[in-house]
Amino acid sequence: MTVPPVNAARQAPAPLLRRILLQGKYESLTMLRNGEQLILAVVLPLLALVGLTVTPFLDGLGGSRVNVAVPGILALCAMSTAFTGQGIATGFDRRYGVLRFLSTTPLGRAGLVAGKALAVLAVLALQVAVVSAVALPLGWNPPAAGWLPGLALLVLGAAAFTALGLLVAGTVRPEATLAITNLLWILLGALGGIVIPPERLPGAAQVIVHYLPSGALGEALREAFLSGTIDAGAALILLVWTVLAGAAAIRWFKWN
Amino acid sequence: MRSPESPVLSISGLIKDVGPLATLDGKMLRVVSGVSLVAERGQVTALLGANGAGKTTTIECAQGLQARSGGTISLLGQDPASAGADLRARVGVMLQDGGLPPSARPIPLLRHIAGMYARPRSVDELVERLGIDTFSRTSVRRLSGGQKQRLALAAALIGNPEALFLDEPSAGLDPQSRQLVFELIAELRDAGMGIILTTHLMDDAQRLADYVYIIDAGRNVAEGTVAQLLQRDPAVESGTEHIRTLFFEAPAGLDLTGVLPEPIAVSETRAGSYVATGPLTPEDLASLASWWAAHGVMPGSLSMEARSLEDVFLDVSGKDIR
Repeated sequence: MTVPPVNAARQAPAPLLRRILLQGKYESLTMLRNGEQLILAVVLPLLALVGLTVTPFLDGLGGSRVNVAVPGILALCAMSTAFTGQGIATGFDRRYGVLRFLSTTPLGRAGLVAGKALAVLAVLALQVAVVSAVALPLGWNPPAAGWLPGLALLVLGAAAFTALGLLVAGTVRPEATLAITNLLWILLGALGGIVIPPERLPGAAQVIVHYLPSGALGEALREAFLSGTIDAGAALILLVWTVLAGAAAIRWFKWN
Repeated sequence: MRSPESPVLSISGLIKDVGPLATLDGKMLRVVSGVSLVAERGQVTALLGANGAGKTTTIECAQGLQARSGGTISLLGQDPASAGADLRARVGVMLQDGGLPPSARPIPLLRHIAGMYARPRSVDELVERLGIDTFSRTSVRRLSGGQKQRLALAAALIGNPEALFLDEPSAGLDPQSRQLVFELIAELRDAGMGIILTTHLMDDAQRLADYVYIIDAGRNVAEGTVAQLLQRDPAVESGTEHIRTLFFEAPAGLDLTGVLPEPIAVSETRAGSYVATGPLTPEDLASLASWWAAHGVMPGSLSMEARSLEDVFLDVSGKDIR
């Protein structure tokens, strides 16, 4: 290797957008190459979708089984990728010093977080495509007016869960992050009003579930994809979770 | 020795407090209390100290990874606490734990990091120079310590930085890797890079450093070129002689009083083992050999060492480096 004279031309960072896109691509590929992550992100949601369409569990909720099921499955996808998948990956990156190293490169801390958010959105887009490809032949027919608010709320939900995932990953050990995010995925997935509408949960749980990010996202997506309207209350709850968890993550996230 | 050109790094009166959460008693703990140093371009500047002396904290403040509690830091003329991507593009960092993602493979990882710079160094050349091609298909988690260190060095160099930070660069390196890495560091230094390294190994500092700062308990305790530090001896404050230590084995109980001149000290450390320390000259060795000849003494073993940085460290900090 020839050693070029230092400072012959002063080094400069690549443009900000390129750095963020590169990091987003890198993190997306890392997520998609992780087998456990793929099971959580794609296989389990699809199993739940099929399960809910062949059982009478969701009958009598104002729509066909698949129409009631799909919005909840999309919400589950957002939770899988943004909260559990991204939380665990960030927790271990922190343990191995990856966050510290990357924050010394031109990418920086802000670029790193932006790259992670981008990767969450990219994987989520892939999940929406796969779930739609399976659900449409099963008879899913959302109103055309539901797509725009539905996808916008899905992104808001992903933002809330990303902030929560980063908060957990940045404050406890990675093993604890693994346990907490997986456990919450199961608990909120089953009882958090995400896949199973609050109406089907015990009375006491219904009140709480509306205020959880899982319940708010599930309800908001069902409202959008079943009737094409926006559940402003649920959207507000998601926004509050995003702001609070984001502020807490900024305040308490430990980089090393 | 210090160059008049503007330094790559200048730290003045650095203070770092941690806590109250990080310590058990709920009080603030001062881990760095007033460290000052200057690192020049085209030189290797070493921060030498025992584990926990505050070396890593000091350079992490300089890298902008930790917020300082007091003092000033200028890295390439900017304050790392508030600088942005422009400064980070001109600084290379090799962390103690590597900081590389365990699932990554070496070459795609280096290409990814190269993409963060406007004019990165050639990945292929770095890969070849550091012997990364021999393990390019292995994921980071399966690499040996030495392979990880070489990859981390490549990652730090990919942006062709003006300032390079190396935290314990020889940790985990096998002898060949160490040679490879040390040669590269010397070459980069000669090309004008300002290299700042921390180490608790005297040998690293002695082989690599142009200028050494010895840090103990969060404070500067000594500084100078390796030669200056080696001359620093409480017994010979003004002398310029090199302090050497002569070890030999001979029959126990010899009376060597007056054989060697002041300030050379001779002692029998245990029965039959003798140590002579001081500014030994060829004449002194001749006197000693004549005395042996006159008394019919043939030493069983004989060796001589120059004063080591380890001795200097012991003097200035009052404790062993390890």
